[in-house]
Amino acid sequence: MSREAIDKTLKMFVGGAFVRSESGRTLLASGRSRVPAASRKDLRAAVEAAEHAGPKWACATGYLRGQIVYRLAEMLEDRRASLEALTSLAEVDAAIDLVVSLAGWSDKASQVFGGANPVAGPYHNFTIPGPSGVHAVVCPDHPALLGALGLIVPPLVTGSTVIALLSRASPEIVALGEVFATSDVPAGAVNLLTGDLEELASHIASHRSIRSVVAVGVDQAMRTKLERGAAENLKRVVVFETPQPESWPAADLIERALEFKTIWHPSSV
Amino acid sequence: MTTAPPPPSATVLGPAQIWAEGLFEYAAAPEGVRPTLRDCYGHFIGGAFVEASDRGTFETISPATEEVIAHVARGTAADIDRAVTAARGALPAWSSLPAIERGKHLYRLARRIQERSRELAVAETIDGGKPIRESRDVDVPLAAQHFFYYAGWADKLAYAFPGRRAEPVGVCGQIIPWNFPLLMAAWKLAPALACGNTCVLKPAETTPITALLLADILTEIEFPKGVVNIVTGDGATGSALVEHPDVNKIAFTGSTEVGKRIASTVAGTGKKLTLELGGKSPNIVFEDASIDQAVEGIVQGIYFNQGHVCCAGSRLFVQESIADDVTARLKRRMGQLRMGDPLDKNTDIGAINSAQQLATIERYLDAGQQSGSGFWQAEGSTPERGYWCRPSLFEGVQPSEVIAREEIFGPVLAVMTFRTPAEAIQRANNTAYGLAAGVWTDKGSKIFEVARSLDAGVVWLNTYNKFDAASPFGGFKESGFGREGGLHGLRGYVNMAEAPR
Repeated sequence: MSREAIDKTLKMFVGGAFVRSESGRTLLASGRSRVPAASRKDLRAAVEAAEHAGPKWACATGYLRGQIVYRLAEMLEDRRASLEALTSLAEVDAAIDLVVSLAGWSDKASQVFGGANPVAGPYHNFTIPGPSGVHAVVCPDHPALLGALGLIVPPLVTGSTVIALLSRASPEIVALGEVFATSDVPAGAVNLLTGDLEELASHIASHRSIRSVVAVGVDQAMRTKLERGAAENLKRVVVFETPQPESWPAADLIERALEFKTIWHPSSV
Repeated sequence: MTTAPPPPSATVLGPAQIWAEGLFEYAAAPEGVRPTLRDCYGHFIGGAFVEASDRGTFETISPATEEVIAHVARGTAADIDRAVTAARGALPAWSSLPAIERGKHLYRLARRIQERSRELAVAETIDGGKPIRESRDVDVPLAAQHFFYYAGWADKLAYAFPGRRAEPVGVCGQIIPWNFPLLMAAWKLAPALACGNTCVLKPAETTPITALLLADILTEIEFPKGVVNIVTGDGATGSALVEHPDVNKIAFTGSTEVGKRIASTVAGTGKKLTLELGGKSPNIVFEDASIDQAVEGIVQGIYFNQGHVCCAGSRLFVQESIADDVTARLKRRMGQLRMGDPLDKNTDIGAINSAQQLATIERYLDAGQQSGSGFWQAEGSTPERGYWCRPSLFEGVQPSEVIAREEIFGPVLAVMTFRTPAEAIQRANNTAYGLAAGVWTDKGSKIFEVARSLDAGVVWLNTYNKFDAASPFGGFKESGFGREGGLHGLRGYVNMAEAPR
């Protein structure tokens, strides 16, 4: 006798909780499944959660953040089979390896991208890279998993917090929330939304608490919309023309997630 | 500048106090060198001075005397187009020049600025109104250092970005402000040129003279033609540059309002953008600070260059327990600042840069007085001609007041008090800006924790308003993005590709 399978209700991941859209709307995903269609209010809730999680995550040591992101890779490895069902095993493995690689940046970025500045005077002067606050990332349609992790992890590992609008073509990868939820990533540090970019773009671009927007695989009109809205509070905006994560220089993604602080102090007796 | 005021309880007048009381006047010590200026300047395009397309000119005046210094060309969209075309034409040769040769051109430029430094300093002071002591000791030496520093990067870009390949961006449109005219030109041009880009520079409307002298120097040292082009003019000239379709990168230093407009204009064009914008920087004095040093730092922070400094320490936060002492010593010190002829080597406070800026400052002074905060202004005489504002402060300012929130860009300090470090940090960060901050305490662990907590691109600990070619400068939040100076200053002038492995 055949057994009916249990379908998983796919929910977004906001503030460490699995949530439906407050709007009650859903979108069709692949097969029989549906995913929530995030509203402006869901976006705002995600920004609040990311803001709330920000200060403590930013203060965590690089060693700790590195271990937590490495733990993320462990949890992904554990779910290779279920993730394979959403994409291909090759993509899952590439994504896991990318996360392992990125984990190591947590306690190396400040040495690679910062340093002591040899000023012409009796001063200690050094430039220290640090997290830059709440990042919004617009993930590519394909590859959904690799693209999402490639955009989420660089700001995360360097101490910023993230809101990701996931692939519109494969929104069922929102199940990734279960991986974050079991990786010791603090609640709110990563928030996953599914929905329509056209509807959310102007709200992402103009939200005053978002400091940085990274978008991949968007058309010219969308790029203009995001950059123009971002001008309101001078967000940093990065648009990658190619949605192929293997062509994104990892060092660039790390560097662009950072904010640079230069500190002077006199040196004398 | 480093003369310590006598302790507040002193009954015998010290020398500084005697001067402050006006018992003795300094003899005038005017600067002797006079630069040779032409009566009329065109744009510098393709290595030569050319007339504006519509022959339009405007006057640049000395804000200390209101006398006309020279007539300069008013750039039109056609002039910008001509300059961009020249820059585009010069790009292949300049960007493919062996890097060491590019570096040598920049070294030569740095050396010639040093040789002509006195002339440049005097011109800067006449055109902009800043004290000769500052243009001579800060602006011009730092401009030379900037070219010298980046000259050395030209052949070391592979070491600046290991694992990546840095390529020039192309034609850079660079718009600079009037507060440090020559220095801002150096900040913009030096890293751009070192990375193999060509430039169109638009100096500020009120201070074009030293950029035009720079053009003169470029000609003199036979700098490759078309690599640096200078188009003078006003906001419309700058807009034409921002909107030009063949410009690959815009670098702007100026107000946050204009910066936002530029960001909006370049949206969707693919132009690279760096912005160095306004600030309302906090200067935090803890009770365990060295008070006399802090008072000097407060003065240096807000009254340097008449407060026309984007990173000016315009919000002073003093721990409550020492507030009366600090403000008393601060007022005494402010009373010793000498305002007057910017060409006099004794002058501390020069002229306000323009009539328009003076009107802006006076509007804020009115707003501050109407809000009921304690207004105080140093006494002393004011020259009859020119634009002047005496060093001013407001005490007991509420954080919501306009003088505590908006950038004034003048010698106006908002004084506030706090009780705990957490309160100081929270209030310091409670602004849309994030350019700079100052912290004064002799406690090492406290100073680093406060520095870490402040949202600012530059944090001066037990010092303020220090600049160096090797030190990155730039802001968080609405103070802009990108860094100028140091290795980080190269980043805005290169595109990255992953280096082949």
